[in-house]
Amino acid sequence: MANFFLDNDDIRFLFEHIDVAQLARLQEDDFVHGGDDGSGYAPRDAADAVDNYRRILEVVGEIAAEVVAPNAEQVDAEGNTLNPDGTVTLHPLVSENLRRLSQADLMGFTLPRKYGGLFCPNLIYTMATEIISRADASLMNMFGLQGIAETINAFADDRVKDATLPRFCTGEVTGAMVLTEPDAGSDLQAVRLRAYQDAQGNWFLNGVKRFITNGCGEILLVLARSEPEISDGRGLSLFITERSPKVRVRHLEHKLGIHGSPTCELVFDDTPCQLIGERQRGLITYVMALMNGARVGISAQSLGIGEAAFRLARTYAHTREQFGGPIERLPAVAELVTDMKVHVEAARALAYETSRICDHEINNHRVMESFPDLPAEEKKRRQQLARQLKRINGMMTPMAKYYCSEMACTVSNQAIQVLGGSGYMKDYAAERYFRDARITTIYEGTSQLQVVAAVRGVASGAFEHWTAEWDVRTYDDPLLMQLRDQLVEAKNKVLEAVRYVKTQSTQYLDLAGRRLVDSAIAVIIGHLLLGQGAVNQRKKVVARRFIAQQLPVLQTNCAKVLSGDMSPLTEYEVLAGPVPAAV
Amino acid sequence: MPYHSVVCVKQVPDTANISAEAMKEDGTVNRAALPTIFNPEDLHALEAALEIRDLHGGTVTAISMGPPKAGDVLRDCLFRGADRAILITDRRAAASDTLATSYILSQAIKTIGQVDFVFCGRQAIDGDTAQVGPQCAEKLGFPQITYLEQIVSIQDRTARLRRNTGRGWEIVEVQLPVLVTVIETANRPRYPAAKRIMRLKHARVPSELPGEVKAALPQATDAEIEAEVARRTADLKARGLLLEQWNLDDIGADLSRCGMSGSPTKVYRIQAIVLKKEGYTSVPATEPGIRQLIHELVVDRTLG
Repeated sequence: MANFFLDNDDIRFLFEHIDVAQLARLQEDDFVHGGDDGSGYAPRDAADAVDNYRRILEVVGEIAAEVVAPNAEQVDAEGNTLNPDGTVTLHPLVSENLRRLSQADLMGFTLPRKYGGLFCPNLIYTMATEIISRADASLMNMFGLQGIAETINAFADDRVKDATLPRFCTGEVTGAMVLTEPDAGSDLQAVRLRAYQDAQGNWFLNGVKRFITNGCGEILLVLARSEPEISDGRGLSLFITERSPKVRVRHLEHKLGIHGSPTCELVFDDTPCQLIGERQRGLITYVMALMNGARVGISAQSLGIGEAAFRLARTYAHTREQFGGPIERLPAVAELVTDMKVHVEAARALAYETSRICDHEINNHRVMESFPDLPAEEKKRRQQLARQLKRINGMMTPMAKYYCSEMACTVSNQAIQVLGGSGYMKDYAAERYFRDARITTIYEGTSQLQVVAAVRGVASGAFEHWTAEWDVRTYDDPLLMQLRDQLVEAKNKVLEAVRYVKTQSTQYLDLAGRRLVDSAIAVIIGHLLLGQGAVNQRKKVVARRFIAQQLPVLQTNCAKVLSGDMSPLTEYEVLAGPVPAAV
Repeated sequence: MPYHSVVCVKQVPDTANISAEAMKEDGTVNRAALPTIFNPEDLHALEAALEIRDLHGGTVTAISMGPPKAGDVLRDCLFRGADRAILITDRRAAASDTLATSYILSQAIKTIGQVDFVFCGRQAIDGDTAQVGPQCAEKLGFPQITYLEQIVSIQDRTARLRRNTGRGWEIVEVQLPVLVTVIETANRPRYPAAKRIMRLKHARVPSELPGEVKAALPQATDAEIEAEVARRTADLKARGLLLEQWNLDDIGADLSRCGMSGSPTKVYRIQAIVLKKEGYTSVPATEPGIRQLIHELVVDRTLG
């Protein structure tokens, strides 16, 4: 029987390689509950929890391979339907996918057991999201939106939590994060949708939102302006409302890809709603937290697409014969195929490491919030840890989102190239992967915005902090030691470029950002792959190839940064030429 | 109104992945050499029972006759939603043919008590006899509906069921209780549910424990093993994870009708069939080409 977890050697390798047991201990507070928390399914110890995670991923892998993947082509071709009454009917096969996932208890993946959730670590959820996305990237936008429920869990009051979270867990409802507006895309501070109170203090929403992924979902988290006199992000609060005739889907977008995911334009017409958490913290606290989780989710979605595209190309290159043999024997094709594979594994290394760090951060917060009476010493340690993790994660999360999504675009593009004419046709899934991949560098913050977020970390010490430990790791194998030394040298090159940029204008930091971030990512992934190579012969080869390919690119990038060329800004009009006349 | 279903399930060797040692000298299946799986059509039988429960309420009880290892398929039934699981295991039941097996299963079903539906897979992939279901129905005195394709409706004590006739289908009406054998096209079995897995993966039938304890404590004396088995049994029982296990006495079976003595079947002859490719014909993908192919298939009676 097909299984997208069991057939994936790299995910299974990482499941063993990353210390999942440690994440389980964090997640379960060292099993103080001893397996008895009243839910009936709490793990007793780390081994029990890890066994649970593995079994859960096996079910995810089975459903992905046997139900979701065979449905994907038809879902892509037919999409969802907007009804005249402003509701959306999901494609029957999308509904079937969701029904199967709900039936298997997989829709409350990370939520606490008291609401009926599985309470899995973020890393396991990331793996599951990747597995689902390999089968159908567009389904990720429902399966992978469980962060909405997490946001409710983190910030809403008990009344809202009790009313919504159990329904997420059973799959009765799905959610949407309702942020974007026609004039508020990347710049969410410009959100205009009004939230107002009546004399009794009840809140209502009025206005329009667009490009809302799964906006037809039952539970909507809406960013709205509750303080009309404050025009920036501090005037925004987060609200929750349920599907009703007071929220209408006005339009379903016609998109390049992810056709199974309904992208809605929503009209709020005096829609009753409830405030989440505190006023004015909507964007600056809650949405930022929500977005960080969602970015890891998009990384996972990108990995799934990359994996699917690679597999198709690998098989095709092996079976397609030209010039008297399989095309994989042609050097150009061999390089394409191996580049794709190394790229996918490099991205996975980064995304899973990010996810692992997220687990540390999330659990540290959880402990601080659920045990306010910690001893002063412990509290201090945890606060310090929280600051540290926040800094690292503030760099790693945008890096992972940026790197993985760009990888998905590149790899799915290369897959078409390997398949040649056949890849361009609808006969193969290659073109669907390519179309589905394209959104990943755009939503949840464009690549350019991820770079802006990540470069701060590269320039302000988080990068050095992360690498410090890896720089001094020792390996039994002289090859790995040699590669490690090259990475240390490369890091110093990056830091030299950073020092130079700091002597320039802030604008130059943004201009040089992408090259600095690319370079830092190469060093980080290089180290992660060395760590994998220390325990796995094949990974040693992967690490060597990755580093051999990426360090020259890093040299070039650093040289470009050191050139100080500002012409895209200073000579914009000359280089870009005139604005084309309207046709 | 709620309905109570019993589903008969079997752990079978995975005949899709057979190796050279699949058969023993005497012509019986060498079960030790083959990986075991949930008999595929039994999954569809279980799904039929679960769908009735989801729609009308009631219970689903899974039973299996087999060695302790059959605990695996019973756990799988629980993961997928069965309410109760019973293993019928007894050395005296070894070497039962379909006649003895159906007798033992029918005794177990009688012991369970109130039953509205008994579901079986059409046949098991190890023997492919398709006899156990119908023979059970005879012994229970239930009407039997074989080759279930669809449950059309259930009202009070009447079920309308669509069965495959091989050349088409027919809808039949039957009074409960009834025994139904199910084919693969009847439904799509649900997947094991994550929370049920976490809750029930530790569940064991008592006879599984000695083997597990011996494997875990290879140095232990018999007395130590016995003590550990007793400890684990008590622990499982306290946590509601000790599955039911019945022997032939528990189900009031007449021993002369069980096992070897109750099994008149004799293996007459074994044939080793080697499938060989003998050339091939290439058919052009044109109207005349396909017409010619169909003509040839009709002539050699492949098409009927």
